[in-house]
Amino acid sequence: MLFENDITAFWITLQLALATVVVLLIVGTPLAWWLATTRFRFKALVEAAVALPLVLPPTVIGFYLLIAMGPDGPLGQLMTAVGLEPLAFTFTGLVIGSVFYSLPFVVQPLQSTFSSMGKGPLEVAATLGASPVDRFFSVVLPLSRSGYLTAAVLGFAHTLGEFGVVLMIGGNIPGQTQVLSIAIYDHVESLEYANAHWLAGTLLVFSFLLLLLVYGLNKRFDVVKV
Amino acid sequence: MTIQVNLKVRKGDFDLHAEFQVPGTGVTAVFGRSGCGKSTLLRVIAGLEEPLQGGLVSVNGVTWCAQDHSVPVHQRRVGYVFQEPGLFPHLSVQGNLEFALKRRRPGEGAADLDEVVPLLGLEHLLLRRPATLSGGEKQRVAIGRALLSAPALLLMDEPLAALDARSKDEILPFIDRLCSAARMPVLYVSHSTDEVARLADQLIFMEQGRVLAHGPLAEVLARVDSPIARSDEAFSVLHCGIAELEGPCHLSILRTASGDSIYVPRLPLGEQRTLIRLRINARDVSLCSQRPVGSSILNILRARVTQVSDADGKGQQLVQLRLADSEEILLARISEYSCRQLEITEEMEIFCQIKAVALLS
Repeated sequence: MLFENDITAFWITLQLALATVVVLLIVGTPLAWWLATTRFRFKALVEAAVALPLVLPPTVIGFYLLIAMGPDGPLGQLMTAVGLEPLAFTFTGLVIGSVFYSLPFVVQPLQSTFSSMGKGPLEVAATLGASPVDRFFSVVLPLSRSGYLTAAVLGFAHTLGEFGVVLMIGGNIPGQTQVLSIAIYDHVESLEYANAHWLAGTLLVFSFLLLLLVYGLNKRFDVVKV
Repeated sequence: MTIQVNLKVRKGDFDLHAEFQVPGTGVTAVFGRSGCGKSTLLRVIAGLEEPLQGGLVSVNGVTWCAQDHSVPVHQRRVGYVFQEPGLFPHLSVQGNLEFALKRRRPGEGAADLDEVVPLLGLEHLLLRRPATLSGGEKQRVAIGRALLSAPALLLMDEPLAALDARSKDEILPFIDRLCSAARMPVLYVSHSTDEVARLADQLIFMEQGRVLAHGPLAEVLARVDSPIARSDEAFSVLHCGIAELEGPCHLSILRTASGDSIYVPRLPLGEQRTLIRLRINARDVSLCSQRPVGSSILNILRARVTQVSDADGKGQQLVQLRLADSEEILLARISEYSCRQLEITEEMEIFCQIKAVALLS
């Protein structure tokens, strides 16, 4: 059985994952492009920083973000300076946290798809009269289709399962910042195993279907249509 | 109407310094060994790589690159056919062609689909995906795509290099037709003497990043110090008119500028060309001090020796000859021993026996 709260948590989780993926695709594209093409000597530094969330405990990311977003942190002061509410314990704050948390899951597939494309197709397009922006939309995007699909789904699925970061910066406000993973935790704490089963099972099946979609589609996209 | 290039490029310890000026019409072949900087030269002309400060690229009055500015690639009106066809895999053949068509700037007399598709024999390929095409077909589409972008200069970087011999034979006639029909100048990079002999009007010789010689094909080929002349592939190119299409015994008779006859295997009936290009390898030319009688060799031309030089330091001599009553030049590669026996010296009148001629275009 699902409580109303659980359905809200499910809904918030979906919204969070969707918003995070949209932000990440927009921010991650130039970052991945830069990483794939730059000859910057200290590129490894940036790559290591992007990969950090893969190995750090989410609570560490959450802890630093909480401090940054707090009234004395740089983000918090920025928000106060422009006359906005502080970010901690808000949905926007959650999105920012999730962007950091899922960054490598979006940037790495994009970077590898851009590197494997090489500069050949872009040079051809340039000699055919395509401007840089035109080249991105008419050549890079279509050729990176499977990379974008992988990036979007991995970023989405990874955000779905977020726990530590949300716990640190989102609090656990039902209807506002309570996400699925935390709702499950609450149920287990209160020994409501039936509810926990429902939520956990839903998340399991949903995540599996999502990944199945990626791998299935990726396989199909590789097959050349005659 | 000229193409003016003067540029320097440094890549690691490789130095390219190319300076030349060639007519802004017809096909200019850039010939040299792999690694001599031919491809880099083309890439810099197209704007894909930047030259060192102060480079100049100017095509028929339009400056693409000069001291203070460099036009970005997509605004250069350059057609580029790479070694690898580089078709966009996400588009059909037609989509690839339209990619160029959509982005070109309106130009006078630019080629259209109706013209390019039959020229390159692409009719039955239009709906196919690039991955389903053969190497030769892909390259034909790539050439068509470059033409449709209405370039002011067509650059071809060894377009046949990545193809097997059969695809080469399949595609060469298309390139031949294209070059003779092209309304824009073509820079054709190659390390094949066959392609140069067949396609080029002008020739640029490159060696280790430097331009050794440039000028009209026959003139540059005739230079005894050129890398081709010094190799055993040395050859000359003769232009002949048709005297008699249906000659005796399955032969056709051609006429040189000096009025001599040249017998060749019979040309196809309905031959449209009025000027036939012949390749004559220097090693297929032998010399006689008197007109030979009773020889099985059909083609014997009168000539005057203009230069004698050592070909390879291994007993081979390269003799440069001017055909009697004309400006046409022939090279002969003979042994140093024969050279002494015949007492060949400059200004000497001599007869050339040509063992074989190859019909080009």
